[in-house]
Amino acid sequence: MTDMDNVFKALADPSRRRLLDRLCEVNGQTLGELCQRMDMTRQAVSQHLGLLEAANLVTAVRRGREKRHYLNPVPIHELAERWIRKFEQRRLDTLLDLKNHLEGEDSHG
Amino acid sequence: MDNSTFVYVTFIRTSPERLWAALTQADFMKRYWFASHVECDWKVGSPWRLLFPDGRVADSGEVLEIDPPRRMVIKWLHESPELKAEGPSRMTMELEPLEGAVKLTITHSMDRAESELIRKVSGGWPAILSNLKSLLETGEIVVKKF
Repeated sequence: MTDMDNVFKALADPSRRRLLDRLCEVNGQTLGELCQRMDMTRQAVSQHLGLLEAANLVTAVRRGREKRHYLNPVPIHELAERWIRKFEQRRLDTLLDLKNHLEGEDSHG
Repeated sequence: MDNSTFVYVTFIRTSPERLWAALTQADFMKRYWFASHVECDWKVGSPWRLLFPDGRVADSGEVLEIDPPRRMVIKWLHESPELKAEGPSRMTMELEPLEGAVKLTITHSMDRAESELIRKVSGGWPAILSNLKSLLETGEIVVKKF
């Protein structure tokens, strides 16, 4: 698997995306902190973090007895450059506007 | 946690020596750092300054530790008055050779919660690092403007 495959695989799971969101809110959390308010066992959270680390989306830093997790946005940036900006952001924005407009009309009509 | 930190990691298919040169040579730096560059003689205790393309000083500081091509620690102060008031931050670059690639880890931290400086500098690094990776691996940058 390439680096990019790992990133897509890691992002393909809603629990893992939620963990990234949690780190985006508060960076540098321990496993214990990340387990709070998550509907998952500690073991499951730990496994998800392992996959995120393998994809280089999360970096774990050990400080004494503590292990803190940091969001690493570099692969997401590379993904955006490779798969979004390249395909003409502006036209995509226009299409999204159109979709929102039409769907908004639908829901009202 | 009375601390603000970000840790960014990228893997670049190059040698530690080439990467170190890219991180310390002004001409090379301009190519991936949106025409900004650092002025420094890379010795412990030396002044360190990050300059905008027009020559204005964006950030200033001092080399705290340097061990080419493995590690550097920079004392980093933003020049804008409100961010300068937060006091100095600490930026560490670590280069770790792996099979055919180098793991570059950038840690930027400040001993205060919710540092505005850390928030501000964290936004620019992903684009700079993508450009650096792309430039070393393919000879071209990906993000032309920031």
